[in-house]
Amino acid sequence: MPGMRDIKRRIRSIKSTQQITKAMKMVAAAKLRKSQEKVVAARPYANKLRQVMERLVAGAAGLQHPLLEVRPRQRVGFVVLTADRGLCGGYNANIIRLTEQALREEAAETALVPVGRKGRDYIRRRRYQMVQEYTDLGDNPNFIQAREIARRVMQLYQEGVFDEVNLVYTEFLSAIRQQPTMVRLLPIQPPPDPGADQPAADSAEYIYEPSPAGVLATLLPRYVETQLYRALLEAKASEHGARMTAMGSASDNAAEMIDKLTLSFNRARQAAITKEILEVVSGAEALK
Amino acid sequence: MAAKTILMEIVTPERIVLQKEVDSLVVPAFEGYLGVLPGHAPLVTGLKAGVVKYTIRGKTSRLALSGGFMEVVDNRAVILADTAERGEEIDLARAQRARERAQQRLKNREAGLDVLRAELALQRALARIKAGE
Repeated sequence: MPGMRDIKRRIRSIKSTQQITKAMKMVAAAKLRKSQEKVVAARPYANKLRQVMERLVAGAAGLQHPLLEVRPRQRVGFVVLTADRGLCGGYNANIIRLTEQALREEAAETALVPVGRKGRDYIRRRRYQMVQEYTDLGDNPNFIQAREIARRVMQLYQEGVFDEVNLVYTEFLSAIRQQPTMVRLLPIQPPPDPGADQPAADSAEYIYEPSPAGVLATLLPRYVETQLYRALLEAKASEHGARMTAMGSASDNAAEMIDKLTLSFNRARQAAITKEILEVVSGAEALK
Repeated sequence: MAAKTILMEIVTPERIVLQKEVDSLVVPAFEGYLGVLPGHAPLVTGLKAGVVKYTIRGKTSRLALSGGFMEVVDNRAVILADTAERGEEIDLARAQRARERAQQRLKNREAGLDVLRAELALQRALARIKAGE
């Protein structure tokens, strides 16, 4: 049985760890709330954009644009959104696992664009092909950052570096549930025809300035930017959620360990006292 | 029949900037400024960096935009802007510095200058100054 001093030292060390995990949990919870607000705030724009695009695509079939053009898939790119930091449970591992799976199933040549330090480090370690990297986006990714990444990816696509680009990110379902997902970013899949609830005649009445094709040309890049922005926000909210859960259970585990150690500390103390009494008693016996 | 006001909504990817009933508005469309009055026909247009002017009961306010597009339908004008700043929010001194920087760059024409980008930056700065004054 370890001595009382050793046990005491361990309890102290676990307690300080617990304080850290507790603090991290609370910080993550606060950040999560903020991220969630941003996800909600980004919705009106994204919805409106999609509506306009649906109408445009439904009204004027056969529109051409480089970002819509489907090419033979020779080189496929993956934009992988991970965190810059760890200590968030399986968050990064899940994204990496999904990416690995996609890479295995992909027959064409592949290359990656990691966003976030954890993903980049992993890709570097495995010596996968990396075209571009983005790190240190901070806890509150803004639209400007998303736009920068989106523009670069679109440029790579138009230059023919990639024939298809997929986006791997974590979808935020709730504070305790996050789902790694993969969506195709480029070429853009036009949203499906809204169909019955919106008669085609409605769209024909629109005036397009300067022209449907001109509007499409300004709209499509924004669509990609918004998609990426939304993914960034969702990924960030997921990261905070995952970290909150991970740190919550770490704090619980620490509490459990402290309980167990306190029990054995008390036992050790009791044993020592018993021993001392025994010694006193037997010493007195011997004097008789 | 025609309504007296039109609902103007200005939305950026990060937030809803403004949502107001206005008497009229003028936006920087691709082919020049374009006025929208209540009861306008359905319209979709791209927008450049510039100033949005809108009038509520004879009072005109301005707003700086840095590109985007607008949809007008059912007496609603929805402006989807990349960024939008209200006149009173704009830091004039900063905008002026940005303008000078952009002008300097365009004048010097150093090697490797992204002319298009510098011009866009200049346009943005001008729009903000105009909206802020």
